[in-house]
Amino acid sequence: MDFDLSDEQRLVGDNVARLMRDKYGFESRKAYAAAALGFSEEMWRHYAELGLLGAPFAEEDGGYGGGAVEIMLTQEAFGRALALEPYFATVVLAGSALRHGATAAERAELIPEIASGELRLALAHAEPQSGWDPFDVKTTAKAGGDGFLLDGEKGLVLNGDSAHKLVVLARVSGAQRDADGLGLFLVDAGAPGVTRRGYPTQDGRRAAEISLAKAPAKALGEPGRAGPVIARVLEDAIAALCAEAAGAMAEAVEMTTEYMKTRKQFGVAIGSFQALQHRAADMVVALEQARSMMYLAVMSTQDPDAASRARAISAAKAQIGRSARFIGREATQLHGGIAMTYEYKLGHLFKRLTMIDMAYGDADHHLAKLGEGESLFD
Amino acid sequence: MDLGFSAEEIAFRAEVREFVTHNLPANIRDKLAAGHHPSHDDIVTWTRILAAKGWGAPHWPVEWGGTGWDAIKLSIFTDEIQRANAPESLAFGTSMVGPVIATFGSQAQKERFLPRILDLRDWWCQGFSEPGAGSDLAGLRTKAERDGGSWVIDGQKTWTTLAQYADWIFVLARTDASVKKQEGISFFLCDMKSPGVTVRPIQTIDGGFEVNEVFFDSVRIPAENLVGQENKGWDYAKFLLSNERNGIARVGVSKARLAKIRRLAALTTYGDKPKLADPVFRMKLAAAEVELKALEMTQMRVIAASRSAPKGKPNPMSSVLKIKGSELQQATTELLMDVVGPYALPYAQEQGDRWNEPSVGPDWASTIAPTYFNTRKVSIYGGSNEIQRSIIAKAILGL
Repeated sequence: MDFDLSDEQRLVGDNVARLMRDKYGFESRKAYAAAALGFSEEMWRHYAELGLLGAPFAEEDGGYGGGAVEIMLTQEAFGRALALEPYFATVVLAGSALRHGATAAERAELIPEIASGELRLALAHAEPQSGWDPFDVKTTAKAGGDGFLLDGEKGLVLNGDSAHKLVVLARVSGAQRDADGLGLFLVDAGAPGVTRRGYPTQDGRRAAEISLAKAPAKALGEPGRAGPVIARVLEDAIAALCAEAAGAMAEAVEMTTEYMKTRKQFGVAIGSFQALQHRAADMVVALEQARSMMYLAVMSTQDPDAASRARAISAAKAQIGRSARFIGREATQLHGGIAMTYEYKLGHLFKRLTMIDMAYGDADHHLAKLGEGESLFD
Repeated sequence: MDLGFSAEEIAFRAEVREFVTHNLPANIRDKLAAGHHPSHDDIVTWTRILAAKGWGAPHWPVEWGGTGWDAIKLSIFTDEIQRANAPESLAFGTSMVGPVIATFGSQAQKERFLPRILDLRDWWCQGFSEPGAGSDLAGLRTKAERDGGSWVIDGQKTWTTLAQYADWIFVLARTDASVKKQEGISFFLCDMKSPGVTVRPIQTIDGGFEVNEVFFDSVRIPAENLVGQENKGWDYAKFLLSNERNGIARVGVSKARLAKIRRLAALTTYGDKPKLADPVFRMKLAAAEVELKALEMTQMRVIAASRSAPKGKPNPMSSVLKIKGSELQQATTELLMDVVGPYALPYAQEQGDRWNEPSVGPDWASTIAPTYFNTRKVSIYGGSNEIQRSIIAKAILGL
């Protein structure tokens, strides 16, 4: 039992933290958000140069041999800075789909391009009707052209408007909500039959609704067997979101504490008021409980037992969701009016934390799922 | 990073579990599992079984009968004891006065008292709180005056847990009223048989008798029963309270209660379905389990950090453990209330040794509501949760 990082991991953590401190102040973020793609292509190059984009992939696939811990460290730093670049979309979501679902040849072709920063991917798994059910897929894939032709509507595709290629979950057989009969397909974003409607999200990022009409696609892995893959991908995604949330929550707690020390009312710092101190203390409790579950989630992604892995991930997401919502609301209240302004960072942390709870099943969804199963304790 | 236990730790847990399974008397186990308090004799019996194994006070220095286990093994041991529904060791001796004597006491005090704490030949109770000194403990007014070879103690202590069984009490008393309140307090050891000591029971809301008032009317104790230096008692009390926080999360207690909730919820039907089949109930149960899992991980993080931290320095993260741990103890007693439903109502008089006589309603129902009422204490004692929040605000956030 230890929570220590290896020297290499510590270096990754230090490097990304330093980069974000130097280049990702909140004023810079405003400029990045206003750019054409909604993020900074220069920062994306920095991430590639630092090795962040290849870090979590195996060396034989063209990565740098790290894994979930490297993603955790990166996402924590990105959570603090509210980073906008499509690291989560490309490296976490699509990257995990490649890791778990693609053949060695496919990985060897795509991962070096991700690591170098040339290739940005987006994962199109959800659909307008699917809610949080990963297997609810109406989009079809039929053999045709040089490979497959896809038809259907994909929704909430994170960074789908700026990705070069899309990793699309589509059905080759079975009924709408079957776990069997799903496949992952690679689609050029500019291919004929692909229509993208990009839009901003509540948390300052971008996403797209994507229509596919006989869009030419290439299979990743074996079509029909992607059900377990997408489940695993979403588990990896949740673990990474837990880390991002932990970073954003820590930032919110620190900003709030700082504000309480400097903001004066009635002639004294508001941090001297016990009513406010106790609310801030409860934020610490919520943060530490969430951070503990971040570690559990990250380490659980390696658990070969699918059932215990799913339980641990659900438990982590439920805790993170509750802590994130609580800390977001409390930080806003303790700041007072300034938190309501668009120009101040805190409100953006609040919005991101709220949206993290809503992603891949909110706290109630995961509690209900846990409720259906066995105890978390042996 | 590796969140698993080592092979040695897993084997150690199995060893403890095996020992407890085979050596905890069945009548004690069943009584505690049913939610009753252990009797004086239950605690003594079990403590002596552990002491004979060398596990009477595992966290003590080896020379005084401790085990030399590291923090992880100690936490595994506590977890297993709590989960097995075994009586916990009497903390007033093993976790409170024992470490104070071992650290600050004279050689004569160590030799006289420590062996008798290990096997519970001496039952200790804690003379800290007073009617006017609860959260503000340093405001205590019980005083001790030097008179030749004796100290003479006058005053009143309260909330003194299990004082009705105690042979000895450790007492914080004011020995200098002219200085800052924390600087005029001394730490004494007092024989409960001393003339002038009176114990008066306080009945708690669940109907039980755990706590007492203890009165000191010109109680004369020998000078050698002062621990350490005169007027340094507050330092020793702080040391004691930081030890008290070890295991404060009581994760094992909540785990045992969650297992009980599942067992009873499977037996209890509402309409034609067991309570355990109710999705709303299952969701509440899952929520408690998630929080407890997180707390268990938080506790492991605190333990891991303690391995590299200077010894004896209190970690303010223990306040996080206290708050969340007490909230979960309370949440689990509320879930038991959800299970029992209408048969929470009948009140069984404190039954003592007749605890297993026929009950009204399900045979497990009579302890549910008293446990719920009684467990409100856990967010009040040991530094109330509001005191813990103030500690977090100051020591972690710097407010």
